[in-house]
Amino acid sequence: MRITTTVNGEPREIDDVWEGESLLYALRERMGLPGSKNACDQGECGSCTVYLDAVPVCACLVAAGQAQGRDIITVEGLAERDTLHPVQQAFVEAGAVQCGFCTPGLIVAAHDLLARSLQPSDQVIREALAGNLCRCTGYEKILDAVRLAADRLADASASGR
Amino acid sequence: MTTPTKVPTGAPTETASTAEGRIGDSPLRPDGVLKVTGEFAYSSDLWMDDMIWGATLRSPHPHARIVSVDIGAALATPGVCAVLTADDIPGRNAVGLEHDDQPVLAERVVRYQGEPVALVAADHPEIARQAVKKIVVDYQVLPAVTDGRQALDPSAPKVHEHGNLVRHFKIRKGDPAPSAPVVVSLDFEVGMQDQAFLGPESGLAVPAEDGGVDLYVATQWLHVDQRQVCQALGLPPERVRLSLAGVGGAFGGREDLSMHVHACLLALHTGKPVKMVYNREESFFGHVHRHPADLRYEFGAEADGTLVYGKVEIIFDGGAYASSTGAVVANGATMGLGPYRIPHVRVDCYGVYTNNPPCGAMRGFGCVQAAFAHEALMDELADRLGLDRVTIRQRNGMREGDENITGQRIDSAAPVAELLQIVRDMELPPSASEQRDLRDLPGGVANSTHGEGVVRGVGYAVTYKNVGFSEGFDDFSTARVRLEITGGEPVATVHTAAAEVGQGLITVEQQICRTELGVERVVVHPKDTQVGSGGSTSASRQTYVTGGAVKAACEAVRQRVLDRAAATIGVAANTLRLDGAKIVAESGDVVAALADVLGGDAVEETVEWRHRPTQRVDPETGQGDAHVQYAFSAHRAVVDVDVELGLVKVVALDTAQDVGKAINPDAVMGQIQGGSAQGMGLALMEEILVRDGKILNPSFTDYLIPTILDMPPMKIEILEYADPHAPYGLRGVGEPPTISSGPAVAAAIRQASGKALRRVPIRPEHITAS
Amino acid sequence: MDFLQPRSWAEALEAKAAHPDAVPIAGGTDVMVELNFDVRRPPALLDLTRVEELTEWSMDEGQVRLGAGVTYARVITELGRELPGLAMASRTVGSPQIRNRGTVGGNLGAASPAGDSHPALLAAEAQVELASLSGTRTMPVSDFYTGVKRNALEPDELIAAILITPPSGPQQFCKIGTRNAMVIAVSAFGLALHPDRRAVGTGIGSAAPTPRRAREAEQFLAQALDEDGLWDSRRDLPAGLAHDFGARVRAAAAPIDDVRGTAAYRLHSLAVMARRALTWAWDDYQKAA
Repeated sequence: MRITTTVNGEPREIDDVWEGESLLYALRERMGLPGSKNACDQGECGSCTVYLDAVPVCACLVAAGQAQGRDIITVEGLAERDTLHPVQQAFVEAGAVQCGFCTPGLIVAAHDLLARSLQPSDQVIREALAGNLCRCTGYEKILDAVRLAADRLADASASGR
Repeated sequence: MTTPTKVPTGAPTETASTAEGRIGDSPLRPDGVLKVTGEFAYSSDLWMDDMIWGATLRSPHPHARIVSVDIGAALATPGVCAVLTADDIPGRNAVGLEHDDQPVLAERVVRYQGEPVALVAADHPEIARQAVKKIVVDYQVLPAVTDGRQALDPSAPKVHEHGNLVRHFKIRKGDPAPSAPVVVSLDFEVGMQDQAFLGPESGLAVPAEDGGVDLYVATQWLHVDQRQVCQALGLPPERVRLSLAGVGGAFGGREDLSMHVHACLLALHTGKPVKMVYNREESFFGHVHRHPADLRYEFGAEADGTLVYGKVEIIFDGGAYASSTGAVVANGATMGLGPYRIPHVRVDCYGVYTNNPPCGAMRGFGCVQAAFAHEALMDELADRLGLDRVTIRQRNGMREGDENITGQRIDSAAPVAELLQIVRDMELPPSASEQRDLRDLPGGVANSTHGEGVVRGVGYAVTYKNVGFSEGFDDFSTARVRLEITGGEPVATVHTAAAEVGQGLITVEQQICRTELGVERVVVHPKDTQVGSGGSTSASRQTYVTGGAVKAACEAVRQRVLDRAAATIGVAANTLRLDGAKIVAESGDVVAALADVLGGDAVEETVEWRHRPTQRVDPETGQGDAHVQYAFSAHRAVVDVDVELGLVKVVALDTAQDVGKAINPDAVMGQIQGGSAQGMGLALMEEILVRDGKILNPSFTDYLIPTILDMPPMKIEILEYADPHAPYGLRGVGEPPTISSGPAVAAAIRQASGKALRRVPIRPEHITAS
Repeated sequence: MDFLQPRSWAEALEAKAAHPDAVPIAGGTDVMVELNFDVRRPPALLDLTRVEELTEWSMDEGQVRLGAGVTYARVITELGRELPGLAMASRTVGSPQIRNRGTVGGNLGAASPAGDSHPALLAAEAQVELASLSGTRTMPVSDFYTGVKRNALEPDELIAAILITPPSGPQQFCKIGTRNAMVIAVSAFGLALHPDRRAVGTGIGSAAPTPRRAREAEQFLAQALDEDGLWDSRRDLPAGLAHDFGARVRAAAAPIDDVRGTAAYRLHSLAVMARRALTWAWDDYQKAA
């Protein structure tokens, strides 16, 4: 079947999609957007988290056909040209990235959290990111990164930027 | 007790540069931006226009004879390009890390559930999957041996013709029949842990015009893969070129082959690029796991707690193929009594074949299983004698100059007592009664307690782990370093085949080049087999061995540059040093520009670098200098246990570790934090459940690893006691945290619950059992 | 495989009538897993995410009418007061991403004994509204579950809504998992006190072939509260009452051993959860006076 969507602000059309295919497969193998990761295929790791109509979801659990006409934002769509989003910048600086396979999903999940919550407590951060498994870091530097990004976003917000 | 200090060590030579991001700094990883933007190319992200998809048919039986394989229906499926069986393997149908005992595709017999039997290539993964199901295999099910101890029984079914014993490692030291005033013993059982790296096994094989193949794959050791792929394909190494694709974690699980040969076979057969990507279920069948272990321990001690003897029997269930079982057995034996002085020792450590899933390398490698047992027994001994649990460890803890149980003198720092003191002295978290938020309680928002039944427990553990390959193995790495002027600026290029699996080796390679050559710009060449072997990214060895190779290659490059400058200027080369773009004399004066010395030339050196040799041990006594270096760590775990429901919240997981020299302190912390999490996972939740040879939980729904809500804050203190034998004085870092964290968590749960808990992972029903 | 994408409830019912073997998919949190792992290959998928009628909730004659396609995330943020037990249960479902996508209707459609919403729905004595082209019927949720992952839906029917009376008393939900987040229930328990009717509702999860109520325990507790005049007095519960209630909840379960836990532990944990849940609910009830 044919599916038309908007991905990272651009209209996309893909053909010959198998009806049982996931949005994750369509993004990775048909649209050239492999940033969303294929770690579990069952919604248990969060590595494939994308925004679907502004709501973070596991792309592996969305049938590609369900994305018809929807608006999708993936990790590839968060930086503005060459400028990383503050969440991305904080992950790099805080050493929150090791193998990095969980990173795209965590970036989207943290991006969503900080869009909703200006100065989240550690407990709030942990509950918001509990759907994103990381096997390398023990999560400490991920918490550091989210706190760092939150501080910077709060500063930017306070200074009206 | 000395005060813990950060001892400055391994100061780089006088040629140390002023460039930022040298050793001891924590520069940002060069792949960080690519990874946060989703642009980093992992092995499952590879894509070519005309590529097709491979899929694997796997055995449903733990042990069966293959009577026949009918591929007709599968091959006739529209969209299917190839269906291959063992008959289609041009070379030897045998691969393996230590022993070539594993077929690429099963031939007459399958020895474990999940063993590959046939391959399909098709236009779309769904077509390939459905075609796999059309392959008809007639199996004659055979009796299976699925218990490690039972496998040693002469009457047990034989997994291989040569029997079920992979290795028996004996240690006999001191009095063969020792006695002691106090004797404690226990039996312990460790379940099968999975590496659970997030990036599934995957890669792309591209047929080449020379009849060879280019394989892009996630792995820990390109050259050992290449050797096995060549053997199976019957091709020489120059026609089997491997390149490292992005690796989504490894932890030992990528030391063995997975889809490597399979994709190459399909690519060579079809003439098309073939991509293979396991899903999470297949991944559980597609790589080796941590050996389950059956451990029987006895310690004898003086009344003051001084250890007199240790008697140990360990059985590691290696599953159907040897993988690295032999080396795991050696580690379990040689370090199986922990970092303690014990004069009289008897160890019998066995690795066995069974029809269970194959087991091999995982972070901690044989020491993890043993540490649960020896640390539980040390607590038991302390309690028996009414001694403090930390004090008894400190009293027996190794010190520099001590002999370990294989008779090897520990010839660098062994700060066991100090590490324990550091973690004991760390501030404890607030008491349980001050917590109210559900997220801080056992069970979390599942709302199973508001404080009822919650008891605090504290546990300690200490370990030591060998770094690098042992027992006489020729353990080396190769580095090629080039220095040239590009765009008016000195640029170093470093090329090794040592796998970056996320730990940060590429950053370390850059730091060493900057330190030794004084350049700021260091390009890390993609990892491939166009340079000599870097050895395995395992055994906590890469910063040591590949770091050593890069350092040596830089020194060789530097020497040539300075020789050239000295000849031009007319001074002795040893009076000059290299600092960025300048050649500097002893006086500090700049005497030449690097650009002038190099001109348009590139200076390149390739160096093969080895650590000190190790020895094979005596086969009857296990005595010998088996290992090149030891790394020590201690953990303190604080847990809240809902003793009525058996649920656990780890409140703190604090650690101290001697790293010799922190080449990249931030990366060291990352290794310790991540390693601690994996050890904690084994103590609490991580187990591949195998019944009658079949995996019951091959998914992330039922194989659980810690989430961010499970991990506590971790206090970490780093010691830097230089190892004078190692580059910069460094010590391997990656594994010790995975070894000492789990036993500390288990000890804390024992203390809170009052239960013996002689098995990990500890499940709620173990804590609540009456 | 067909991919059916109705735009309205009427179209959805027509599609289901025309394709009774089509598998409805909403949040995809169960169906997509089965597709990704080749567990099933239905002839058609019936995508319900474009049916707006399903994604709404409303108050209707004193009842909450929860469209089958309302996500857990919305239950948590919008219905904490009206459906407290279900909101508590929803917070324990999977991960934030799953809660953003998964629906209560989907949980019912899958009818797994481990589904997190079931104990809360049972305790609240929810009704399920089923519809087909031939009409609409409503049944107590306790009648809806008919076996392991089986339910009362006819092949041409879809789940339209869940009808729940807002609480007249406190509700609790507890769940056991072997991890502190993102975990499937080893066992779960829902409790609702209905002081208006002098009744008690319970729900047991993951401890029988289907989610079920512990009816004898409900009657025991309601009667005990009645006899001592506690509904009105809101005095402390007599010693041992919560324990005895727990024992009766335990007696209502029929669990098995599986990879997530043993039958014995499931029984034990249910007794503990029921005792604790009653204690907390009663504490809430006393405070609400």
